[in-house]
Amino acid sequence: MAMLEVKDLHVAFPRGKKDEVEALRGVDLTLEKGERLGVVGESGAGKSMLAFAILNLIAAPGRVSNGTIKFNGQNLLDLSENEIRGIRGNRISMIFQDPMVTLNPVLSIGVQMIETLQAHRKISKREAHALCVDKLKLVAIPSAESRMDAYPHELSGGLRQRVVIAIALLTDPEIIIADEPTTALDVTIQAEIMSLILTLCRENDVALILITHDLGVVAEVTERLMIMYAGKCVETGNTRALIDAPSHPYASGLLKALPQHAGRGTKLYQIPGSMPPITGLPTGCAYNPRCDHASDRCRVDTPSLEHGVACFNPLNTHEAAS
Amino acid sequence: MITWRSLFKKFLTDPVALLSGIVLLFLVLMAVLAPVLAPQNPYDLIQLDIMDSEMPPAWSDGGDDRFLLGTDEQGRGILSTIMYGTGISLIIGIGAVIVQGILGITLGLIAGYKGGWIDAFLMRLADIQMSLSTLMIAIIVLALFQAAFDANIYADYAIFMLILIIGIAEWPKFARTVRSSVLGEKNKEYVDAARVIGLPARKVMWGHILPNTMTPVLVISTIQVAEAIMTEAALSFLGLGMPVNRPSLGSLIRSGYELIFSGSWWITFYPAMVLIALILALNLLGDWLRDVMNPKLRRGED
Repeated sequence: MAMLEVKDLHVAFPRGKKDEVEALRGVDLTLEKGERLGVVGESGAGKSMLAFAILNLIAAPGRVSNGTIKFNGQNLLDLSENEIRGIRGNRISMIFQDPMVTLNPVLSIGVQMIETLQAHRKISKREAHALCVDKLKLVAIPSAESRMDAYPHELSGGLRQRVVIAIALLTDPEIIIADEPTTALDVTIQAEIMSLILTLCRENDVALILITHDLGVVAEVTERLMIMYAGKCVETGNTRALIDAPSHPYASGLLKALPQHAGRGTKLYQIPGSMPPITGLPTGCAYNPRCDHASDRCRVDTPSLEHGVACFNPLNTHEAAS
Repeated sequence: MITWRSLFKKFLTDPVALLSGIVLLFLVLMAVLAPVLAPQNPYDLIQLDIMDSEMPPAWSDGGDDRFLLGTDEQGRGILSTIMYGTGISLIIGIGAVIVQGILGITLGLIAGYKGGWIDAFLMRLADIQMSLSTLMIAIIVLALFQAAFDANIYADYAIFMLILIIGIAEWPKFARTVRSSVLGEKNKEYVDAARVIGLPARKVMWGHILPNTMTPVLVISTIQVAEAIMTEAALSFLGLGMPVNRPSLGSLIRSGYELIFSGSWWITFYPAMVLIALILALNLLGDWLRDVMNPKLRRGED
């Protein structure tokens, strides 16, 4: 049994009095212990929604309308607020996009770290302090001891993200969900932070869900890949194999859009059109208006995920079903 | 980000703020040290002599060196009563703001964070409270209280009653300020992050959101202290505030007001001057704080 098993997850938001729109429309996901999974898609595809849904933190009036999220066999959606709090930030922790805004500006680093630890462990302030300094050293923060008294605005963006990573690691979680952990950082430190996350996950056998739209990062860091479009998973499989031979036209389009695929002097490829809003999805396959390979069937029926791809006219067929 | 040090630096370079600060500090010290500094204890009946009543200030004809600013009709030195009275006014002002703050911050935080019907209910309650004038509520309650209990009990409890009434009547100002700040803060990512860490709602509210809303709270606190002192002075002037034997600035002004046409102007004049100085200093400081703390009025200085 997989450590994390998400089945047919739907998240809905009310529209008007009776109507609802779905931000996630049946997502499946499995994650083994220590496995690293990449979740890729355009803005608004539901990637972050998926992360919040796993932690049962969908903000009202949104709600998980269907599906199960099994963590070590236990459905997180059945847990009470108190029980889920014991998992949040303890066994599943999360790294956010922008370290400028995820740390509380008026509390010192030490206060925020010790608080996290004390929320989950019965531990004295002094012990907690020592543990926090250890973790700060682990993420290679220079003069860790004195940083405990620093406020977020006194640290650079890279250092702040290291602090956020240290907080995520504090309780030795089994899963870390990283929601675009390097997007807000300078290009020069993006690679540093990403390799730090990779090393820490490997060394501590922590599973990673990496949400990003950077296929380059995904190729380097993750073992498995999941491509989302309009609240659905359209293709999933081994990262290497998927990138080499994408089956879904959308996945193929994303890969073609990478600048390194365009030759010198040629125009960059872009997928025509933009993702439809969740309030106005086309019938059939949500991708059909933008798809070069769309047939009549695509405009009527919705393809389901089979052999790792949700498409009636896949470009490549995976021989080995993932 | 504003640090205490940069705030202090700005304070020292702003002449208005500095002057208000000095005046306020002077008045507070005067009130705190009154038992040591005052030439006479106006609460100690043995030290009072009816023969000393209505003496003009020391430098004018008929003045006495013992009473620099003259005496009132009961023979109490105006200087001494001002020193003690300022303390009473300050205690009421600060006490009332503490009551307002506790009520207003708690309710505002809950309304802003919980939203929905709790928010709607608490804010309508605030609207209703705001539509009843503080003075009106205070007059009704104090008049009933005065009528119901005998004068000695009233004298003993007047100060608590004033603090409670002014505190309860003015909570919506704090609640509204805090609520609007909370609405701005609660969608910021650090709040999500705090929830993701697994903190209970109570800790997210009090530990993470509240410290980020303290700037406007600090500003209105200063102005509300002035407001509360004025309300108390108005009530005392109407005879519903502090009793004659434990006068605040307001009751001093009142006690002299009746004698103003008989020529004893000093009984009203000096307490009124002190009251004006106190309120002005507090309001100017509050305005200064609001300007300094408002990020929209700051241009890349830090």
